[in-house]
This record gives sequence, C-alpha cells and structure tokens, in this order.
Amino acid sequence: MTSPALGPRPDSITAVARSFSRMRELGAQNRDGLNLVLSHDQEHAAAAARVIQREIDAGVELGPLAGVPFMAKDNIATLHLPTTCGSRMLEGYISPYEATVITRLQRGGAVLIGKTNCDEFAMGSSTEHSAYGPARNPLDPARVPGGSSGGSAGVVAGGIVRIALGSETGGSVRQPASFCGVVGVKPTYGRVSRYGLVAFASSLDQIGVLGTSVGDAAAAMEVIAGRDTLDSTSTERPVQTYRDAAARTMKGVVIGRPREYFPASLDPRIAALCDRALERLRELGAVVKDVSLPNTELAIPVYYIIAPAEASSNLARYDGVRYGARVTGDGLSDMYERTRSRGFGAEVTRRILLGTYVLSAGYRDAYYKRAQQVRTLIAEDFHTVFTAGVDVLFTPTTPSTAFELGAKIDDPYEMYLSDIFTVTANLAGVPAMSIPIGRVDGLPAGGQVIAPHFGEQAMFRTAFALERSLGAEAHQ
Amino acid sequence: MAISHDDVIHIAALARLELAEDRIPSLVGQLNGILGHMEVLSQTKTDGVRGAEGVGDAGLPLRKDVGPPYPLALPPESFAPSMREGFFLVPRLATHQDGTHRDASVDQE
Repeated sequence: MTSPALGPRPDSITAVARSFSRMRELGAQNRDGLNLVLSHDQEHAAAAARVIQREIDAGVELGPLAGVPFMAKDNIATLHLPTTCGSRMLEGYISPYEATVITRLQRGGAVLIGKTNCDEFAMGSSTEHSAYGPARNPLDPARVPGGSSGGSAGVVAGGIVRIALGSETGGSVRQPASFCGVVGVKPTYGRVSRYGLVAFASSLDQIGVLGTSVGDAAAAMEVIAGRDTLDSTSTERPVQTYRDAAARTMKGVVIGRPREYFPASLDPRIAALCDRALERLRELGAVVKDVSLPNTELAIPVYYIIAPAEASSNLARYDGVRYGARVTGDGLSDMYERTRSRGFGAEVTRRILLGTYVLSAGYRDAYYKRAQQVRTLIAEDFHTVFTAGVDVLFTPTTPSTAFELGAKIDDPYEMYLSDIFTVTANLAGVPAMSIPIGRVDGLPAGGQVIAPHFGEQAMFRTAFALERSLGAEAHQ
Repeated sequence: MAISHDDVIHIAALARLELAEDRIPSLVGQLNGILGHMEVLSQTKTDGVRGAEGVGDAGLPLRKDVGPPYPLALPPESFAPSMREGFFLVPRLATHQDGTHRDASVDQE
C-alpha cells in the first residue's frame, strides 16, 4: 500500500545514500557543526537497504515505510549503534537488546541510519544538556533545535530523513518539532511500547515520531503502535489506520480553544498564527469554542516534582556495577558516588537531587503526594472538556520560537517554562501533536492538537486538514 | 520550606552523589529557586482528591508476576564493567564493614 501523503516508494539504496550525503553536506554529524547526529553506520545501513530493496523488487508487502531511512533518538536501544542517552555515563554503550519500535520499523522495511543527539537522559528543552555538545537548529544554527529530541527534529528539518523517533516526557517531541518546523507526535500513554526506551519518568515517558508531514508521521505511528508483551503498559486496543484520517471531513468537528493556553503574555504573533489556523478549520466546517482547563498553571510545578522524583529512582541503576561507566574508588560506596558524580551532567544531577528531596522523609507529602493529587485535577480538566462534546483542543505548542544557544542555560526554571503548553498532555496521558502553522521573524511556530485518550484518529484528522489548508503558508 | 546547605549534602548522600564543596552554594540557590515555584501547589485544594495512579483510561495495567523472556543479543560480559564466572564484580564494602579479614580486592555480588 502506498500512502498518498508519502508518495511513491523511494528506491531504498538511493534514499539511504542521499540521507548520508545530506548529513555530510549539513555537517550534521560534526561536533562543531550542527551536531545533530551522535552515531551512524553507512555501510550497515547500505547493506540493510540492499536487502530491503530486493524484497521490494520481489513484491514482498512490507508496509508504508518500506525503504525509508530513519534515525532514532539516542535513548532508544539499538543493537548496531551505541545508545548513550547523550550521557558520559553510557559512552560507547551497545545495548544487548533492541527497542520494540526499532524492530517494528525495521521489519516494515525502514532503514535505521543513525542515532540523534539529545539532552542527557532526555532531561532538557534545548539539547544543550548533551554530554556530546549542543545540537543546533538547521534553520538558524545560532539557535537551539529544542529538546530533548532536538537531534531528531533537526535531522528531519534538515532534510536528512523524513522520519525520526523521539521520546516525550514533558513535550520533548512536540517542542523541538515546533522549533524546527516539522510535525511531532506524542501518542496516548500505552499506545506505543516503551520497551527499549531508557527510562526517565516511567509514568510520563512515551516514544513519539517526528516527520516532514502529517502523512509521514501517521504512517510511522501505524507501524510502531500496538500491544507489546514486553511492555505491560502497552494496550491491547487495535491500531487504527491513521492515514485514513486524511480523507475525513472537518464538518461538525468541535475544536476547543482553551483560554489558559492563550495568556496575555503570549507572543501576539504566535497567537495570531493560532487564530489563523483556527479560522481555517472553521472554514472547513469545524466548530470552534472557548473552553477552560483551569489547573493548567499548576502543570509545570507538578511536572517538575513528579518527573524528577521518578528520575531519581530510575537513574539509581547507574552505579558502575552492571553496565556503563565505572570510576573506581575506596570501596563500594565510593565507587557508586564517584561513578555517578562523574557520569552525570549538571542538569541530571540537579534533577536527581530535586527528586530525592521531594521523596525524602518529611517532604514527600508536601511535594510528591500533593503533586500526584494535582495531577489528577489536571487529568480531570481534560476529561471534563472532552466529555462535554469537544473533539480536540487547539493551542500553541510553545510560548516562543527557538531561542538562541545559551539564552536559558543558566536559569533552570526559565528553561522549564518552555514546556508550559506541552507537559499537561503527558500528565494526563492524552495524545497530542505539533504541526507547523507559520513563521515569526523567519522562525517556525507550531500549533498543537490535543485529543482524548486513544483519540489519535481525531487528532490526525484535524492535523491533516490544517496542513492541507495552510499549504505553503505553514512554512512562511 | 527552604533547602539548606546541609540538606543538599544530605540528599546528595541519599542519591549517592559526590558533590564538590564549591558546587553546593549554587545548587542551594537553584533548588530553592525551583522549589519556590512549587509553593503554589500548597494553596491548591486537594481534599478528597486521589493521587494519580497511572494515566489513561487503562489505569495502571498489571501483568502476571513472572518474567517474560528478555533475549539478549550480547552476553553481559560485553557491557559489564567487571565480570567473572557469571557474576558482576564490585569493590569490597570498605566503608561499611571491616574488610581486614578478606583477601579479595573485589567481592562477588
């Protein structure tokens, strides 16, 4: 089957060669260049492409991404390339197993060609917190590509690949998608297997997709979604054909415009692009209504308690015993402390300390327990609007366009506010995606579509319609 | 609830992190800055609200208490810092117990 959005199948051997050529042309693999790619293996990828092409030529039905090169964020386990998570702790680490999403894409004929730079253990919003140096935005190298999946967004925006995998804990696919002018999808929690995704905050983490178009992203989602016995949080629900949503009308679709996502402080130019997008959807027959998600302003405090708390537990495994770096010391405890102190960077250390503090005796109820209760309120906000007849919500993805490197690196909380419009979907577990809706001073701005649990079909329907209606204006 | 210099040393020990003394003042400032923004939660009414347990309409799925097979493409020796005869090797517990009667430079876990 050939997707109308994807166009004719590429010759996989040519496609892979072009990807590597483009990567080198951009300097995407260079530390002093864009630094989007941490590892790659052209020989291995070319061999895989030859095998796939033989199968395609023989008429083997592989799926919508047969022969398509892709990259994966460096916190997704792969067998033939290192999985460093952007950390010194896992420098050179080759995983002994492969993530389910990688297996599914490769079985479907897609060709893994490289791993992308990211904030260390996915903790960051700019890809400046990588132990291997900051990544840069291919549209303006003086600016960040967003994060933590900044490398994945950058390789798609740079035309190196049409599809890249990222991961989300608080917006790490959608925010860089917005900054780089590409499509970014965070599925419903449980829709995609997390097996092989290096854990950051397990109740929030999801693997997501970045793509050049809504059709590319929808096709990739179809391939990676679905039950996996290796991840007990993955759901049995059948996977829909998301590309079919392209043919659906917007007539009568109710779109909520949550007022808390359009504060007076929002850049008026981003607000204007959102209003233009909503007007286009209205012209297509959708009904736009103002709604309220009253606990939105609490989302950042809640997120930055729960996520570091879970991280402090998940990252306890990096102790120099079973894998990764080891720094010897005077006995076992000394080895633990030296290994962890030298292996983790500043932001990861800060979050481990924060998470340990909010879980420690005397503070757990005041911080962690309270945050879990407010998380329930945030989830109920979504439930209330969706059960009141709203099909999807539309918001800006980010409060600003891509900022300059170094602009927020010294102010952790200012950096955290980059996620202000995205963390709510992770806390509630609902699907959300960012699509390009225009430019501000030449820099991309994204619009976010949020849907109810397992409402990916409605989310893609809106995204397809908007993409079609905006056309080239989405990138102007 | 301001976090102090001693608090940072305490939580660093809990988290098994060794912090250089000159890093602590800036961490105290940063953590207090971040935690200051969390105070808004204490003003939120949460009486009778249950804490979130899992997300989504599936709640927190459980599986049978048996381990599924996790086939490894590489043996642990390929990624472990130190192994012998199928055991991960670690240094002796020098800071926790008297190791004078032990000859091996490493213990087996």
